[in-house]
Amino acid sequence: MDHLLTAAGLSRGDAVRILDTAAELAATQGREIKKLPTLRGRTVVNLFFEDSTRTRISFETAAKRLSADVINFAAKGSSVSKGESLKDTALTLQAMGADAVVIRHHASGAPHLLASSGWLQAAVVNAGDGTHQHPTQALLDAYTLRRHLAGPGPIGQDLAGLHVAIVGDVLHSRVARSNVDLLHTLGARVTLVSPPTLLPVGVEAWPCEVSYHLDEVLDQGPDAVMMLRVQRERMSSAGGGFFPSPLEYSRRYGLDARRLATLPSHAIVMHPGPMNRGLEISAEAADSDRAVIVEQVANGVAVRMAVLYLLLAGGRREDLA
Amino acid sequence: MTEYLIRGARPLGGEPVDLRLAGGTITEMGAGLEAGTAEVVEAEGLVLLPGLVDLHTHLREPGREDAETVESGSRAAALGGFTAVHAMANTNPVADTAGVVEQVFHLGRRAGWVDVFPVGAVSIGLEGERLAELGAMADSAARVRVFSDDGKCVADPVLMRRALEYVKALDGVIAQHAQEPRLTEGAQMHEGVVSAQIGLQGWPAVAEEAIIARDVLLAEHVGSRLHVCHLSTAGSVEIVRWAKARGIDVTAEVTPHHLLLTDENARDYDARFKVNPPLRTQADVAAVREGLADGTIDIVATDHAPHPVEDKDCEWAAAAFGMTGLETALSVVQLAMVDSGLMDWADLARVLSTAPARIGRVGDRHGRPIAVGEPANLTLVDPAARRTVDPRTQATASPNTPYLGRELPGAVVATFLRGRATVLGGALVEQGAPQ
Repeated sequence: MDHLLTAAGLSRGDAVRILDTAAELAATQGREIKKLPTLRGRTVVNLFFEDSTRTRISFETAAKRLSADVINFAAKGSSVSKGESLKDTALTLQAMGADAVVIRHHASGAPHLLASSGWLQAAVVNAGDGTHQHPTQALLDAYTLRRHLAGPGPIGQDLAGLHVAIVGDVLHSRVARSNVDLLHTLGARVTLVSPPTLLPVGVEAWPCEVSYHLDEVLDQGPDAVMMLRVQRERMSSAGGGFFPSPLEYSRRYGLDARRLATLPSHAIVMHPGPMNRGLEISAEAADSDRAVIVEQVANGVAVRMAVLYLLLAGGRREDLA
Repeated sequence: MTEYLIRGARPLGGEPVDLRLAGGTITEMGAGLEAGTAEVVEAEGLVLLPGLVDLHTHLREPGREDAETVESGSRAAALGGFTAVHAMANTNPVADTAGVVEQVFHLGRRAGWVDVFPVGAVSIGLEGERLAELGAMADSAARVRVFSDDGKCVADPVLMRRALEYVKALDGVIAQHAQEPRLTEGAQMHEGVVSAQIGLQGWPAVAEEAIIARDVLLAEHVGSRLHVCHLSTAGSVEIVRWAKARGIDVTAEVTPHHLLLTDENARDYDARFKVNPPLRTQADVAAVREGLADGTIDIVATDHAPHPVEDKDCEWAAAAFGMTGLETALSVVQLAMVDSGLMDWADLARVLSTAPARIGRVGDRHGRPIAVGEPANLTLVDPAARRTVDPRTQATASPNTPYLGRELPGAVVATFLRGRATVLGGALVEQGAPQ
């Protein structure tokens, strides 16, 4: 394949190759001169229809470290906000000779459409689409899990035997969907923990377990706990009325100091960011030495470098699903 | 007017017979009829049906002539074997006054390809707040008998009750688009395994079923007539079956696409499969087929919903709901119901002609028996034909067929509207409007 659209589309071999490549690239990032010449002369467009400074900066950094030219196309304030269609935007990028398009879009399936429509030839990287997928987030999470929990010298290894709890708003989360797919592919056992209102109908077909009770899952001694961002507006009736109040959410599903203390000594705490301190995660948990949240950000750059490298560096493009 | 001698056609799939059409009626039926001056239509191996009647078509005029006009839509209807279509009211302006329904009626007369019977809106502007002047529309030249806010649900139970009561004086029927609005805010596709995986907001079956359950009880309470548009779930079939067993005056329709396609078709985010109500599961498809075969569902109606390219060639969430159907309906019903052995051609004539004509109160002219003295509204079908669907060869002005590139069985060879051939040899017969 020529694109990275979903985590589900990655085989175990593909995923391990991306993680191994990321590890190799990360090893170069301790040098004083971090820039590699690999993608010199190639153009990467960050096409963001949704605000996401973090993800955009991460992709931009990754592309620049590989010496690619980077164009940031924010849909707000552009012709898109004046009603230009995705098709015309794609044709424009094609005419300008983009080699890769990193797309963030509020509509599920927009990256798929971009990749399959024939509108442009560029490699398409899904940087998050609606409530569908965010495959590079899952890859950076897998990378982080492997680095901490798969033992020394993790090159070539998967996540077999690990137990990961993913806690929060699964219904609206592309991070949860991507992680369930990828962590399952890599051999981990995944338990989703969520109030029933924030689980999709149909979740029973996913390759994971589901629980409504965080304390019961923590009692199982998971190797990692991944907290998902919960939007406060989901609490209001206008936002869907998914939950009675922020306080009740924190009591039942928040990772606080008490719950943190029940985790096994080796367990790590993850969060894709941005965090709502005091809602899904307390300051004690976020700032504890269990938390690898800042490291996730750094690993995101390495993983995105690996994805761009494998998609764009000659000859190896078809190796990546 | 040309006389026609149809030679060797099989009425409702039965024994071959010759028919003479003259003066707008069937004047003679038998073996070995002499052609005389009549134009001969060789129909050996072809099935003869009463002209098809669609209770649910969107012709888009007035207002969205970029998607379809009465002219283009009724050409598509004739090519699909239809002699009558009911044109839904969600135009711009909405068909909620005698003036608009008469405009559509006259556009249909001028086009002349099929009889166009306008559907009147239940509420002013489809807003679901105040009854439109149903009596004025019923008494107009368009003689409206079917009232519907289709595209929107008459969600307010009091308004629905009043509408059901009011049309009793008009021999009318309320055709309900069953969609509980709060349960479907922002909904994109059937809520289930597929929506959970591909991340599109779910449209639960209960949003349809809850309205149907409420409405059959309302119809029973006030002693009126209810028609359920485009029923799509197994649960809806069960509710209608229960209501009929109870003696409630309810009829129901299913679309061709809900007899064939499922939510699995959404996996590639191809918006041609985005439709309201959404494509459901394989189990639902099996249930609506069974319901159609056993008579729980009375009719098949196309819900022909043309949209221009730009409304489908985009992100799923941004795309319009709906798919074209007039030129593929007969083939899809043949595939799903006849070729599968669930129904015979007589059943197909019932669900695509006789029953919709009766529900729409046009059964004095359409959906008639194939017999001497009856109006010559007829369709000849070649059930052995195979064709690949290509919107570029269709008469509808819009390309949003879900069957693009798909091979379907059966082809309409000829359509006769009051003895005039609108379609011969599978092609439109151009001539001045006869009326």
